[in-house]
Amino acid sequence: MSEKVLIKGNEAIAEAAIAAGCRHFFGYPITPQNELAAHMSRRMPKVDGVFLQAESEVAAINMIYGASAAGVRCMTSSSSPGISLKAEGLSYLAGCDLPAVVVNVQRGGPGLGSIQPSQADYFQATRGGGHGDYHILVLAPNSVQEMYSHTIKAFDLADRYRMTVMILTDGFLGQMMEPVVINNEQLTTNSEKPWAVTQGKGKNIINSLFLKPDALEKSNLDRYAKYQKVEESEPLHEGYLLDDAEIVVASYGASSRIARNAIDEARGRGIKAGLLRPVTLWPFPKKAFAKAAEKARAFVSVEMSMGQMIEDVELAIRCRRPVLLCSRVGGVAPEPAQILASILEADKEKAI
Amino acid sequence: METRVLIAGFGGQGILFFGKYIAYIGMEKEQQVSWLPSYGPEMRGGTAQCSVILSDTAIGSPVIPEADILVAMNLPSFLAFESRVKPGGTMFYDSYLITQAHRRGDLTYRGLPATKMAEENGLKGLTNMVMAGAALSVLPGVDEEVITAAMKKTIPERKKEMFESNMRAVMLGLAYPADGGQ
Repeated sequence: MSEKVLIKGNEAIAEAAIAAGCRHFFGYPITPQNELAAHMSRRMPKVDGVFLQAESEVAAINMIYGASAAGVRCMTSSSSPGISLKAEGLSYLAGCDLPAVVVNVQRGGPGLGSIQPSQADYFQATRGGGHGDYHILVLAPNSVQEMYSHTIKAFDLADRYRMTVMILTDGFLGQMMEPVVINNEQLTTNSEKPWAVTQGKGKNIINSLFLKPDALEKSNLDRYAKYQKVEESEPLHEGYLLDDAEIVVASYGASSRIARNAIDEARGRGIKAGLLRPVTLWPFPKKAFAKAAEKARAFVSVEMSMGQMIEDVELAIRCRRPVLLCSRVGGVAPEPAQILASILEADKEKAI
Repeated sequence: METRVLIAGFGGQGILFFGKYIAYIGMEKEQQVSWLPSYGPEMRGGTAQCSVILSDTAIGSPVIPEADILVAMNLPSFLAFESRVKPGGTMFYDSYLITQAHRRGDLTYRGLPATKMAEENGLKGLTNMVMAGAALSVLPGVDEEVITAAMKKTIPERKKEMFESNMRAVMLGLAYPADGGQ
């Protein structure tokens, strides 16, 4: 049975995790993700789950390490400074090929920064966050409904590829309410995990220490073969008025919503603008960008950072077109008028 | 058709609850809605604002650069947001708390002494819902059925004894004459 409710993005993520069979949540308070943990503290006891407020972010991510090794679906959430503290754990999870779902409700940085929304953790998320060669799969919802559906998807992807999936969102989407269709029954279930320490007849050892160079090299190469499959199969994007777009606006998450308004205004002025919104940030939807570059004269990267995703846009189109940056930082969102001004600027670029 | 409602006042005045009620009004009318709070470290005493959009089509940005309807619950909000109303828009304010001269000629000003009205009717603390009632008068397609159904959704089950008083506050604001009875 499903019902339509008006809830915050943070609460939608928590509900989705429960619908995905997650019964282990470990967290530590930080704004603007607090409603997520607060909602879990109310709901988990009702579904015989574990809500545990750890003594720190480092403890919480290591509880994820343990729970995942034991084969259960588990989640932790935090906001920017807290995710930095979890970076070591993210690397260990990758080194052990453990599935996990980690939520980052981004706030302004660096340092303690502010509690206002930001997209300045793009590099951290898409490059893995911690030390060593590894990736995490990054999903970037742009509505409260997607906060729900992407979280459910995240658990399936994490199990399928035995890797961390991050929901990279921000204070806007975490705090805002929109109607969401939620399901009161479990939508997906934990996968079989014969590798878990609790399974199998012999001993299953989960470990990221390989003292022999050739053994460590092989483990890295195997992992990258897996990443290649992810890059082939999982890139997701959404297009808006993209088919004939001469000016392509690249934007994800909350800022993509604002960009959409600016594109409507640009179309009203006769400019063929369109939106290419990466839904997965890693793997980045490179093919969609390469295709858009065939028709586009210029790109505009709209982000609440000093210009991080813009590098992936330039790489994806091999720098064949100019890419302008439209950004606000420090907890400020760009206004449609600012994005429209960037589109007008990009429109001055000559036809190919 | 998209209606952008910006509500502003002190923290503790029930700004976010007001916004939630307006959002449920939209949902009852089968509209798309978004509800975006300004959130700060303060819970009470600081500034609070809430942006609610009701739309017949998908909502892009939940941020409101220019409001169709602005509700100012205190003087700082009146002064700060008067310039952010769309020409032709409506500005509601609590005339019991705000005695500020109007600075624009292209708006409809709708002052009502909401705090006084709430107190005189035994509804102390429900100034927000008196203002909400007034704001409903300019939203299209809002009838008593929608008003009641939205209130039922807005009031959580554990506080259902608050339903009647909130409804009375809304009806009080809705019935207040647009010309202030003059």
